Amino acid sequence: MTSAPREDIDAHTGTATTGHEWDGIRELNTPLPKWWLYILYATIVWAIGYIIVYPAIPLISNHTPGILGWSSRAAVTDELMQLKQQRAPMTLALDKASFAEIAKDDRLRTFALAQGRAAFGDNCAACHGAGGGGAISYPNLNDDDWIWGGSLEAIQQTILYGVRSTHADTRVGAMPAFGQTGILNASEIDQLANHVRAIGGLPTEKTYDKALGDKIFGENCAACHGDAGKGKIELGAPNLSDKIWLFGSDKASIVQTLVRGRGSMMPAWTERLDGATIKALALYVHALGGGEPSP
Amino acid sequence: MSVKQEQLREAALEADGVSTSLYGSRNKIYPQSVSGFYRRVKWAILIFTLGVYYLLPFARWDRGVYAPDQAVLVDLANRRFYFFFIEIWPQEIYYLTGLLILAALTLFLMNAIAGRIWCGYLCPQTIWTDLFMAVERMIEGDRRERMLKDRGRWTLRRIHDFLAKHFIWLMIAWWTGGAWVLYFTDAPTLVVELATFRGPFIAYLWIGVLTATTYFFAGYMREQVCTYMCPWPRIQAALTDEHALNVTYRYDRGEPQASVKQAESLRAQGKAAGDCVDCNQCFNVCPTGVDIRDGLQIDCIQCGLCIDACDNVMTRIGRPAGLIGYDTEINVQRRLSGLDALKIRIIRPRTLLYAAFIAIVGSIMLYALVTRSPIEISVLHDRNPVYVRLSDGGLRNAYTLRLLNKELQPRHFHLDVSGLHGARLEVIGAQTDGDGRAFVEVGPDQSREIRALVTIKDSNDARHRRDIRISATDVMTGRAAMVKDHFIGPER
Repeated sequence: MTSAPREDIDAHTGTATTGHEWDGIRELNTPLPKWWLYILYATIVWAIGYIIVYPAIPLISNHTPGILGWSSRAAVTDELMQLKQQRAPMTLALDKASFAEIAKDDRLRTFALAQGRAAFGDNCAACHGAGGGGAISYPNLNDDDWIWGGSLEAIQQTILYGVRSTHADTRVGAMPAFGQTGILNASEIDQLANHVRAIGGLPTEKTYDKALGDKIFGENCAACHGDAGKGKIELGAPNLSDKIWLFGSDKASIVQTLVRGRGSMMPAWTERLDGATIKALALYVHALGGGEPSP
Repeated sequence: MSVKQEQLREAALEADGVSTSLYGSRNKIYPQSVSGFYRRVKWAILIFTLGVYYLLPFARWDRGVYAPDQAVLVDLANRRFYFFFIEIWPQEIYYLTGLLILAALTLFLMNAIAGRIWCGYLCPQTIWTDLFMAVERMIEGDRRERMLKDRGRWTLRRIHDFLAKHFIWLMIAWWTGGAWVLYFTDAPTLVVELATFRGPFIAYLWIGVLTATTYFFAGYMREQVCTYMCPWPRIQAALTDEHALNVTYRYDRGEPQASVKQAESLRAQGKAAGDCVDCNQCFNVCPTGVDIRDGLQIDCIQCGLCIDACDNVMTRIGRPAGLIGYDTEINVQRRLSGLDALKIRIIRPRTLLYAAFIAIVGSIMLYALVTRSPIEISVLHDRNPVYVRLSDGGLRNAYTLRLLNKELQPRHFHLDVSGLHGARLEVIGAQTDGDGRAFVEVGPDQSREIRALVTIKDSNDARHRRDIRISATDVMTGRAAMVKDHFIGPER
């Protein structure tokens, strides 16, 4: 056996080098502590245990289940159940309490508003918008204009049974198609559209004859919308004199309304949501800003 | 290099008695007891710091009926941190950031003045290891006895010592974990609960975790935590300079090494002889197993025990003390080349800079703490819808306000809007004053979220976006907090 070459032992420290060399720089062999290596082995052992107890290896259409039978879906279901149980006393209290009682109970009201906010996002936001801002033909729930009433009870009723929905207790009211059914001819509709704009305080066309408009409105529209066009909540007939136009205030939109009628639909949520959730929704919508006092 | 060549190379090295293994076993260290100035300083610091750690949770501080009376408390459930007269909310976490910056700068400053003061005297790893070593020495005897016992057979005596040592270690470790959990809830209550086995599971869990880490780190890992796990030695090595005091072997005085008799005869002949008698006492007392005569090194925590050991020897052989001592690299070099040592310069650009940074950061934090407002208001404008057209043509914007009442008693606030002509602010579900101002209560040391509506009648203002201010005024004190936001109308 020959003696080790001098360059394999670092002159300064007396430590052996690893024999690796980069641009003349040699790496000293400063040994890693053994326990460090054992930690690596321990993690490997841990991984084997993990593979055995938890789902781990992907197969063609499935994966190894693991002996604990854990699944993320079951875990979520479990957590949802726990959450429901945790909220059960409050949910029950909300279901039983009247609106007057809820108004007095700060804790219950806060709970209801939080629940309502979540339920609104899940069920209502698709049509009415995330904050209830509405869109053309979907009412804005923040404003102070209510077609079917803005009290807590009226809002709850609307959510429960819907508008023109399939439920037996639904709110019903229809805007007839005056043009399509031949009740009014084109020039009458033109006059009427101008008249409706006049009621709403909007500019009219030169051809508009107020007396004629008054006559047509009185014969065809006043029964539902009232003589002054202020609307009737019992019939779901909108107020035409305010600044809020569900289907648009330009003449073309109004003509369209008169010719084809309007009949947009709000589902009856009693078929899908429980009473406490609907109550929470009514409270949430009422608190958006436009809620009216109970009758 | 081929595998064959590599094997030959390693075989050659092994034949010369050089290890080629990439993994090293730990050389167990048997530090010897020592007495002296630095040992006494270390005992004093150990007793003081452990005393603070174990007793602080029991200190009381009166904060009135609405807040806990524990002087230092991390109240995770209610998200509050109490430190004597200071109370911190989660959104004030920047105080903690400031503290961490101050801690880092202090560490740098300590290092620039006198090396690893933190490592040698203050670090919990050092303190607990020191305590565990003291227990070990008390039961199993000093260095020589422990070494002999470790190599010897398992006698009844050795089994007894083994069990006694580990029992006391575990008791200390258990107390360490026990004191830790007391910082997170009312300490006296928790002590009673723990003692009667009615404590929360999480408390037992944390006591268990900290018992295990203390026992393992102070009993077994010891210097390996400093050598392999802690980043500070690496950073420290890059931060030190030749003017910083460090525990130093004054090799200008120590070399050439000679026995007492050899040195005497050399000196009698008028020849140079070093003071180091190679007694290895400095090495024997070292808790990290370092030979200080090899110079500054990463493994050395600079605890000063080798200074004590060497001074004892120097006194005994009638040579002046201080062969090992706090000295600077530049002075050793200068004396070696026959120059006079420089005065120790504590005030240098480096230390001044660190001190200045500490002063600046400290002042900012103090200013923030002193001017901390007891009420705060924040605002979030509704994103959808950004504005609402009302039936009379008016416009309304909705805001989510958060009111913070950091006082330890309930407060009532008036809410007002300003900067917008004719604007009215209302809060759904809130009371109003006679003059129609919205009026809300916020509980002691709490925050409250409020939905506020701002309405204007005049919608003919051509601006799409207008600046407004919303303010909350304490009804009692008149103190107000204000926040800026916008009132948004239709785009034109």
